[in-house]
Amino acid sequence: MKILVPIKRVVDYNVKVRPKADESGVDLNNVKMAINPFCEIAVEEAVRLKEAGSATEIIAVTVGAENAQEQLRTALALGADRAILVETDLEVEPLGISKVLKAIVEKESPNLIIMGKQAIDGDNNQTGQMLAALMNYPQATFASELKIEGEKAVVTREVDGGLQTISINLPAVVTSDLRLNEPRYASLPNIMKAKQKPLEVIKSDDLGVDLNPRISTLKVSHPPEREAGIIVESVDQLVEKLKNEAKVIS
Amino acid sequence: MTALVIAEHDNNELKVSTQNTISAASKLDGDIHVLVAGSECNSVAEEAATCEGVTKVLYVDSKEYENFLAENIANLIKNVSGDYSSILAPATTNGKNYMPRVAALLDVAQISDISSVESEDTFQRPIYAGNCIATVQASDSKKVITVRTTAFDAAAKGSNSAEILKLEELNDAGISEFIKEELAKSDRPELTAAEVVISGGRGMQNGDNFTLLEGIADKLGAAIGASRAAVDSGFVPNDYQVGQTGKIVAPNLYIAVGISGAIQHLAGMKDSKVIVAINKDEDAPIFQVADYGLVADLFTALPEMESKI
Ligand SMILES: Cc1cc2nc3c(=O)[nH]c(=O)nc-3n(C[C@H](O)[C@H](O)[C@H](O)COP(=O)(O)OP(=O)(O)OC[C@H]3O[C@@H](n4cnc5c(N)ncnc54)[C@H](O)[C@@H]3O)c2cc1C
Ligand SMILES: Nc1ncnc2c1ncn2[C@@H]1O[C@H](COP(=O)(O)O)[C@@H](O)[C@H]1O
Repeated sequence: MKILVPIKRVVDYNVKVRPKADESGVDLNNVKMAINPFCEIAVEEAVRLKEAGSATEIIAVTVGAENAQEQLRTALALGADRAILVETDLEVEPLGISKVLKAIVEKESPNLIIMGKQAIDGDNNQTGQMLAALMNYPQATFASELKIEGEKAVVTREVDGGLQTISINLPAVVTSDLRLNEPRYASLPNIMKAKQKPLEVIKSDDLGVDLNPRISTLKVSHPPEREAGIIVESVDQLVEKLKNEAKVIS
Repeated sequence: MTALVIAEHDNNELKVSTQNTISAASKLDGDIHVLVAGSECNSVAEEAATCEGVTKVLYVDSKEYENFLAENIANLIKNVSGDYSSILAPATTNGKNYMPRVAALLDVAQISDISSVESEDTFQRPIYAGNCIATVQASDSKKVITVRTTAFDAAAKGSNSAEILKLEELNDAGISEFIKEELAKSDRPELTAAEVVISGGRGMQNGDNFTLLEGIADKLGAAIGASRAAVDSGFVPNDYQVGQTGKIVAPNLYIAVGISGAIQHLAGMKDSKVIVAINKDEDAPIFQVADYGLVADLFTALPEMESKI
């Protein structure tokens, strides 16, 4: 079984980003970049399937600028076998990304695509579902458990009310939730080995995919600030404030 | 210009998130239709028809919609999408699951998790865990939108009686199958709709200690939530998680206990009206958003609080 893992380069989850002073966008000057945490979980799941003998090859793919090669190298260090960068300097929206990924899926014919449920920059939570639609594949989003059973995958999904289990025909798209696994750290020897693994660069133009944006960002602003509160001295004072000042309990 | 709202329900009852979404749709000019798709969910269609602002309910009743499998629902929505200028669903796990699929089938962008409607084609939405608010303009002629339910009041229910149009639309894609669901049963209010929420974090140490929160929740009629750390550690089930990648809540009162206040947690609760933090570390970032902070050991503070409210 061949697994494709689309990943995204994003601002590290520890960084608290802010809008640019002129509100024209997000200030990304000198911020630390990383592989999107949900994509890291997706890579880990693919690696575990390979270690368990269910998968034979793992291909990591990203759509982005040249420097996104760093995150592909991370995926290779975690255990992907080879990587593809679809290079573009455009900021591509999920619909465009899913069209590029469709072209890659058609080229590589993976049996399974595992990706993140959400990129923590735009918080869109769209790309996996869109790719599944374009391929007419089934989807299992927000996965917390994945089992391959012959020509099907049985997936437990984290839903609002609890957990749901579905069975989907392969090929399929699965998107990872936080509890799918705990990703390993790449070891130094594996980081070194990753440098030798194949990384193919394809120009997005060569795929003939429509990447024109459908959405324009008019401005990026600060969220409403909360006014500073107070530190109370005791439980008594807290209860008194909640009753008489905030009037949220009676 | 007509908007189509996709109803969220459990085949028995309409969920409040549908009413929040109707209210978002009412900010667009034009009529509002609601699609109720499910199995033996006649009562839901009737309920939807009573929501203020709704002019028509499309009602589709068939086994293949019973469990809201994305493949079936997305095909259905695509087939009925005809003349609608916008299609809206709540940003629940259901809406997040099928709506991008609908958007791709229609070859349009999706605008996720809108927190405000500025005009027919312009919306606000939080990005980067709510650290920035983007104002975005969509150029597609059909807008596919998911709605942050806490940002819109629930449309009133009970006053209206819109026409119900029953459709026969069969769409079993035949590529996915529902196996089972383990849904938490609780007498408490739903987390995303509760007036009061009390959440526990890693500081709770284990699941049994959540009884300390339950006592207070009982007295306040509160829902119980948690941080990711508490869920990952197995203290409570996944559906308790509040945050950027969990549930978004905005109650009148949010009490965070033994939660440090990471960006990802704040993203899910900082629009609450009043925030209380109980933490033994006076430098915990949660105090920066709290209206009332109590620096204390939760194991002494919680029993005392329970006895005094
Ligand atoms: C991709 C991604 C998505 C994420 N999504 C979410 C999300 O949706 N929601 C979320 O919550 N997190 C999310 N996180 C995790 C987040 O970054 C934090 O790790 C998490 O919120 C920490 O949980 P916590 O505050 O319970 O634990 P900690 O940060 O460990 O804090 C525990 C707190 O308890 C206090 N404490 C300990 N003992 C006591 C005591 N006896 N009395 C009083 N106080 C005590 C400590 O002082 C400390 O402040 C996400 C992370 C990533 C990478
Ligand atoms: N530029 C990209 N290149 C490859 N995969 C991506 C890209 N953007 C998003 N994805 C995948 O889609 C998932 C969801 O992203 P999003 O829909 O943007 O929230 C991510 O976790 C990735 O797996």
